[in-house]
Formats: sequence, C-alpha cells, structure tokens
Amino acid sequence: MENILSMLIFFPAVAATVGFLIHKDSMRQYGVVVTVVEFVLALLLWYHFDSSVAGMQFVQTLPLIPTMGINFVAGVDGVSLFLIVMITFMTMISIIALTEKRNVKNLIITMLYLQMTMVGVFVALDVIMFYIFWELTLIPMFYIIGFWGAERRFYAAIKFFLYTFTGSVIMLIGMLYFGYVYHEATGVWSFNLLDWYGAVLPFDVQLWLFIAFFFGFAVKVPMIPFHTWLPIAHGQAPTIGSIILAAVLLKMETYGFIRFSLPLFPDASVYFMWFMAGLGIIAIIYTAMLAYAQEDMKQMIAYSSVSHMGVIILGVFALNVEGITGAVYLMIGHGIVSGALFMSVGVLYDRRKTKMIKEFGGLAHNMPMFALVYAIVLMASIGLPLTIGFIGEFLSLLGFFKASPILAFIASLTIVLSAIYMLAMYKRTFFGKLTNPKNKDLKDIFGREAVALFSLVALIIALGIYPKVILDPLNTTVKHLTQVMQIKAVNQDTKDKLKALNSIGEVK
Amino acid sequence: MLEPISFSLESLNLGTLAPMMIAIIGAISILLTDLFNTEKHKSLYVVLVILFLTFDLFTLLAYSGDERGLFDMMLLDGIAILSQVIIISGSILFIFLGLSKLRFQDFRHAEYFALYLFMVAGFQFMVSSDSLILIFVGLETASLSLYTMIAMHNRMVSIEAAIKYFTMGALAAAFFVFGSMIFYALTGSLELAQISEVLSSQGYLSADNFSNYAMVLVGFVFMFAALGFKLSLFPFHTWVPDVYTGSTSALAGFLSVIPKMAGFVVALRFFEVFVHSGDMIIHTMLYITVVLTMTIPNIIALQQTDIKRMLAYSSVSNAGMAMAAILIGTTQATSALFLYWILFTVTNFGAFGMLWLNRGKEYGDYKSPYAFIKFSGLAQISPFTASILALFLFALTGLPPFALFWGKMYLISSAVNAGEIALAVIIVLNSAIAAYYYLRPVSYMFLRDPEEGAKTKFMQNASLPMKSVVGFAVFLAVTSIFFIEPLLNVISYYVGTTSF
Repeated sequence: MENILSMLIFFPAVAATVGFLIHKDSMRQYGVVVTVVEFVLALLLWYHFDSSVAGMQFVQTLPLIPTMGINFVAGVDGVSLFLIVMITFMTMISIIALTEKRNVKNLIITMLYLQMTMVGVFVALDVIMFYIFWELTLIPMFYIIGFWGAERRFYAAIKFFLYTFTGSVIMLIGMLYFGYVYHEATGVWSFNLLDWYGAVLPFDVQLWLFIAFFFGFAVKVPMIPFHTWLPIAHGQAPTIGSIILAAVLLKMETYGFIRFSLPLFPDASVYFMWFMAGLGIIAIIYTAMLAYAQEDMKQMIAYSSVSHMGVIILGVFALNVEGITGAVYLMIGHGIVSGALFMSVGVLYDRRKTKMIKEFGGLAHNMPMFALVYAIVLMASIGLPLTIGFIGEFLSLLGFFKASPILAFIASLTIVLSAIYMLAMYKRTFFGKLTNPKNKDLKDIFGREAVALFSLVALIIALGIYPKVILDPLNTTVKHLTQVMQIKAVNQDTKDKLKALNSIGEVK
Repeated sequence: MLEPISFSLESLNLGTLAPMMIAIIGAISILLTDLFNTEKHKSLYVVLVILFLTFDLFTLLAYSGDERGLFDMMLLDGIAILSQVIIISGSILFIFLGLSKLRFQDFRHAEYFALYLFMVAGFQFMVSSDSLILIFVGLETASLSLYTMIAMHNRMVSIEAAIKYFTMGALAAAFFVFGSMIFYALTGSLELAQISEVLSSQGYLSADNFSNYAMVLVGFVFMFAALGFKLSLFPFHTWVPDVYTGSTSALAGFLSVIPKMAGFVVALRFFEVFVHSGDMIIHTMLYITVVLTMTIPNIIALQQTDIKRMLAYSSVSNAGMAMAAILIGTTQATSALFLYWILFTVTNFGAFGMLWLNRGKEYGDYKSPYAFIKFSGLAQISPFTASILALFLFALTGLPPFALFWGKMYLISSAVNAGEIALAVIIVLNSAIAAYYYLRPVSYMFLRDPEEGAKTKFMQNASLPMKSVVGFAVFLAVTSIFFIEPLLNVISYYVGTTSF
C-alpha cells in the first residue's frame, strides 16, 4: 500500500504510452478499462484510508534534487482523497460516454495523460512537484480544446493556456520566495509542504506570498476579473473537455487555496477574507445574471460554473469548519453535477449539432428519459435538498453566515438566481410543443449515454441523502486545518477571529 | 631602455594549450586528408570532427582548475574548464547535424569541417584567458571561421547573412580593441585581473575621481558594445534574425548557443568588477539592457510567422535572461548561468535540429522553408515528429518538468535570493509573453488540418544518426529532472574553484 499513490499517478501515464500501440478501433474499450482500473485504485485508497487520522496518509518520499530541496513527496488527507475519487470517477464516466468520432485514439491517450497530471496535482506534497503537475495539465487540455473543439477553438485554446500559464508563473515566484524564506529561517532548502507547515511567517511576508499564490489560483478558479477565458474555453471545448474542465480542473485551484493559502498564510487569509468573499459574491451574482442572458446552453452552464465556484470561494474563506467542509463537499458535488450537465448538453449536441437553446423545445415528448435525468441534474445544480448540490451550498453558506449574516444572505441568492436561469432554460428546451421539425426524430438516451448519466444521477441522489460517508473524514481533516491556522497565526487578532469563527464546533 | 625579456619555460606551461592544440591539429589533418584523397563522403569528416573533439574534451577533463600558462596569458580556471566542456560537447552535438540526408553545398567541402574545428579552438582560447589580447585573438579566429561557414551554404541569403554578420562583427572587433586600449591607458595592463585591481584600488570607479571615471565609462561603453554584439544584447541584436535566417538551421542553432557561451564567460570576467563596484550608472545601464534584451525581442517575436525567425528572437531573449545572472552577480547566479545555458543548449539543439530534419530542397532564395503554414497539421501526418518539436517548444517556454524549466527556476530562485524580486518578476512575465509565440507553431501543428500534398514535405532531410542524436536530446529534455542534481554538483565544483 505504500506506493499506491505513485501507482495512481503513473498508471494512467504508462497506460497512455502503451496505448500508442493499440489499434484505433479498440481504443475506446482500452480507455474504459484503464480508467476503471484507476477508479478501483482510488476506491482501494479510500478503503485503506483511516478516517480518524487528521494528517497526511500514505506519505511516500523519493529524492529528486535534494540540494535544492525538491523531492517526490506524495500523500493524501481527507480533502484530497475525495477529490481523487471524484476525478477518477468523472474521467471514467466521461470516457464511457465518449461519442467523439474524430481521432478517438489521440483523444483517449491525451485524456489518460491528463488524468495523470490531475491526480498528481491532488497528491503532490512537494510544492515544485505540485507546480509541475499543475502546469502539465495545460498541454493535454490545450490539445483537447484546440483540436476537438468548435469553430473558435484556436482562440479558446490559446487564451486558456496563456491566462493560466501567466497566473501560475507568478505563483512560481511566490513558491521560490517561500523556499528562500524557509532557507533563511532554517538553513535548509526544502519545498516539502509538510516542512512548510511548520514554518511561521511574519505578517508582511504572508501578504506578499498570499498575493503571489492568489494569482495562480484565482485565474484558474476563475475569479472575477480573471474569468473571461472560461466561458469561451467551455463553449468551444468538446463535451469531454468541458466535463473535465468543470469537474476537475476548476477544483484544482480551490483545492490550492485550502492546501496552501489557508494553512501557510493564516494571517493573510484572514486579512484578505473580505476581499475574497467580495470577489466570490460578485461572481455569484454577476455571472448568474450573465448565465441568464446566454443563448448557448453550454455557455450558460459555463457561467453557472463560475457562479457556483463563487460559493465555494465563500465557503473556503468562511475560515471555519462548516464553511471549508461545505466548500470541499460542493467541489465534489459541483464536479459531478456540472459534469452531468455538460454531458447532457453533449447528448443534444451529438444529435442536433447545435447548442442553441432556441433550436429546441418540447423535447420531453420524444426524450422522456433524458428529460427526467436532465431535470434531476438541474435540481442538484440549483441546490435542491436531497441532492448533492444542497449539502455543499448549505454548509458553505452556513459557514459564512457566522462571518457575516448579511453577505451570506446575499450569497444565498445564488439558489434563487440559478433556479431562474436553469428552469427558464429547461422550460424552453423540454416543455411546450415540438415545433422544430428537426427535433421530431431525436432518439432518447440509450446504451453508454444511459449508463453514464444514470450512474451520475444515482450518485447525485445517494450523496444528497447520505453525505455522512464523506463528511466525517472530511471533518477530521478540516478541523485539523483550522487548528493549524490558529496555532500558526502570528497576530492575536487573527487568532481571536479564527476562534470566534470556529466557536460552534463541528458539523455532524 | 627596454628591459631584456626573460622567462622560465615552466611559466610557459604549454600543457594548458593542449586542448586547443588538439582541435587545431584536427583541423589541419582534415585539410590534409582532403588533399590526398578526392572521393570522400562527408561522413568521414563528421566522424573525424567528433573524434578530435572527444579527444579534446577528455584532455580538458584532466585539468582541475587554476593553472596559468603562455606568459600568464592563459588562465585555466574552473569557469574556463566548465565553459570549454559546454562548448565542446555542444559542438559535438551540432556537428551530427552535418550528416543530413540531402546533399548541401557546405558539407561537401572539407574546409567546412576544418573551419568548424578552428572555430571551436577559437572559442576555447577565448574563454580560457583573462588577457584582452588573447580573448581578442580567440574571438576573431572563431568569428572569421563562422562568417565563412555561413557563406558556404551558397545561397544568396546565406551570403547576405555572412556579410551582415561580418560587418557587424568587424565593428564589434573595433569597439573591443578601442575599449581595451582605453583600459590599457588607464591601468597599464591588459589582464582583466590587474585591470580590476587597479580600477578598485585607485578608486577609478567612483564619481569623485571624475576625469578617470569618465574614461572608465567610455571604455566600459566600448567593451559593452563589443560584447553586446557577440551576445546579441539589445540594441545590438538586430543582426540576429537575418543571420539566423540565412544560415542553415544546424548552424543557426549552433550560433544561438555556443558563441554566446564563450561571450558570457568573457562578460562574466569583464563585468565582475563593475557589477560588484556598486556603481549606479553602470548598474542601471546593465539593468536596463538586461530588461530590454528580454522584453523587446520577445514582443517582436510575437509577430513572426516563421519558426526560425521566431526562435532567433527567442534566443536573443534567452540571452537576456542569462545576462540577468551576470547582473545579479552572486555565486548562485553564476551557477544558474551555466545551468541555464547547458539546458538551453540541449533544448535549442532539439528545436533547431527538428527544423533541420524537416528541411527540404524545394525552396528558392529568400523563401523560408520554416513558415508556420508549412507545419500545419503535422500532428496528423506524423504525430511523433510534431510531438517532439512541440516538446522542445514547451521546454523553451519553461513548462515543467522539461529541461529549460529548471534553468529558469534556478535563475529566478537566484534572483529572489539576491533580493532582486523586480528582476524575477520581469523574467517571469517574459516567460509568459514567450508562451504565446511558442504556442503558435504548436497550434499550427496540432490544431489545424494539413494542406494538400503536405505529406512528402516533412522529414526530408532526416538520416538515422541525426534522428538518434535528436532522440538523445529528447531523452535529456524529458528526464532532465534526474540530471539537475549531478549537474549542479559539477557546476558548483568548478564555479567554486574560481572566485565568482
């Protein structure tokens, strides 16, 4: 079990490399087999995970560049565990539902490489290793958007690459500066996150480093005003690209805030709390309005993603157990739900080659099954109780309620707003008469599509009814995190603030 | 009354000359071979060059630093050895590209390969001396060989490029001599160590000593311009794209790394005293030059539609980044300079090598075989070729974990450690700008569909040895993470034996 994490990282990469030898007709099956094995590995990790331990587990260290303090360090805690399970699951589902006809072999190989980098990001405990995987996600994603995307795919792919690359190189300076500060304090070069957790930084250094890391993360979240790449990237990406982008890549950054910004810079996190919350709330309201105005179904879901990511940011920067737990839960929930949404759009796009809402109408008549699935996913996205979306949103907002009831109230408008745009879209797509003759022959979902969508729906409902299975281990980790923040804070004000925010205790 | 010259044979220490002599003897023997035998294949010369250079390399490795010889003009210190190793290994790599499949004019002559060895010897002299005279001799030997080699490609653009390079080089040489003259007049010596000692002990480097200070500035400006031409620093970089376009890709790639390595060592030795003197005017001048050298060519590169021109501008920008290491001036920065340049050599070799493999013969004068358009849809025709070229471009971007990322990281790290945060930010922002133009050819290769009849256009020039050596570069670029540690140990050993 010691090297299960490196297996999780490198199995898809090896599989992808071997995949070049496979004939293109069998590639789809190969992709499914590999991703299923990877998912089983992730489940195995979960099975062996000790949910009573708050710290890192399965830690593995191999030397790479010891003089510079750069090593291969992998480990998981409650937060990363479930994100890994979620991404392996979503990759598997998206490969199962894959309908792309053009150059499938390359697409699947690229997806497997992408899976390696994604797992790597969530497992890496060495900062430079984290950065390597973080940057490596760009290449496969660039290819997926740029080659299999829609008309404006070049623009979308390049914009995606440049925005995120620029943000991350600024983060790199922050990382190197942290390494320097750590070296000055201890005389040892180390980029090991577990070492860094022990370092206490002066307030002004924290501020600068927080800002440097902020650029890296905020561009990818994406937070306003760095969000402009997302709708176009989503809009132009192929279905599988959108699923992965929404389900996984956007989660890397909020994960980054939880993994790096909060425990490493507790004072700065408190200092910037209102700023971050403000950005989150602007994102929630503003992009929800933009979503309502979209004619393109995919663009609408993309904007709704930005809006929901705002809620996650709010939850993270509630800085208490409820908020952060809720944020992580929402990350998982949003991953599954937005993946399902994009997959549903993909179903329509495959049949009609258009994503424009006005082209559809009355689809419930000849696609009843699809209409039902879409409705459930939609409800989860809005945050209806008994779906996975509700738990996360509720906990995030509850967490922030302790910080500021008024802002939490404003943020809770997200539920109302998303209900408005989602239901309006649903009405125009599925209800009414079948007016457009082209829609008359559309077939209902079947086969692979049905398997993929039904398993997502099952998960949406199951985790909506019984969230405890994830919340318990998550709680242990997050409680530890908030304690670390309180211990490491250098200002007394910060300590008081964190104590006040965490006064109630845990969620059960 | 002149004093009688007397010296001991020990102080001659001719052993220090041995590595260069091997290269020179090699060159002469190639010329002789050609004299007696007319029906030869170029592969003979290529292999001879490789043999002599390998011999040269092993001889060099026998030295461990800090030896003087030839009337104290030679100085084999750690930096000299390290940079010679880089120069020779780089030259060995690049000569493999001479084994091209297509028959090109230049490779049919033995002179080309003889000149190649003379040039390497010139660079070796240049880096292993702190006497301005010997540096000048080495510099000119190497440059004159280079001009000729460029012109031997026998296309109008090549001849134009050679003339352009020659005129610029002649100007730079004049500046170099003039600068040396001023420093000789000021300090009575042509040895850099003594010059810097006199400059600092006499207080010539402070504005209080105004008349001398002004002379120092004038001399500095002349030397700076001379080195600026060689290192293609802004604003002396204008020759770069044209000369690279005119040269074959094999030679252009060579031009972009090896001569600059030699130039950097001279710059390192020469600028040291000025960097450490803390003089504001000189510091500002260097700082501005470094920043502009990184930024301006980067911005111009954004508008290129030809991979080779783009790489030319990008190599100017990379020279700016390496120059930043000299500006920072710490020991770590000096190590960073060498690490950066070794990794840059590997990556740039790969990139230019891939261009050379894809060279065809159907292009007339003043037409570039490397327009972006030509590479459209390469990924669909030959995914392997496209992936490798893309890999090198990503490595140049500084995307981890490929080779150049570690160089950039170490350089930024040394800037941060020296408190030069602003410089670090500028380097990083330039990497971000560069990402755009490196991505453009990638987007042509991967995201577009091929043109009609494009299939035959690729890999025309590829031969098995060339493919293997590029494959070797791929291996190095991908697995570089495992080599950084030993590489840094070697570099810091050699840099440590010299007082930089």
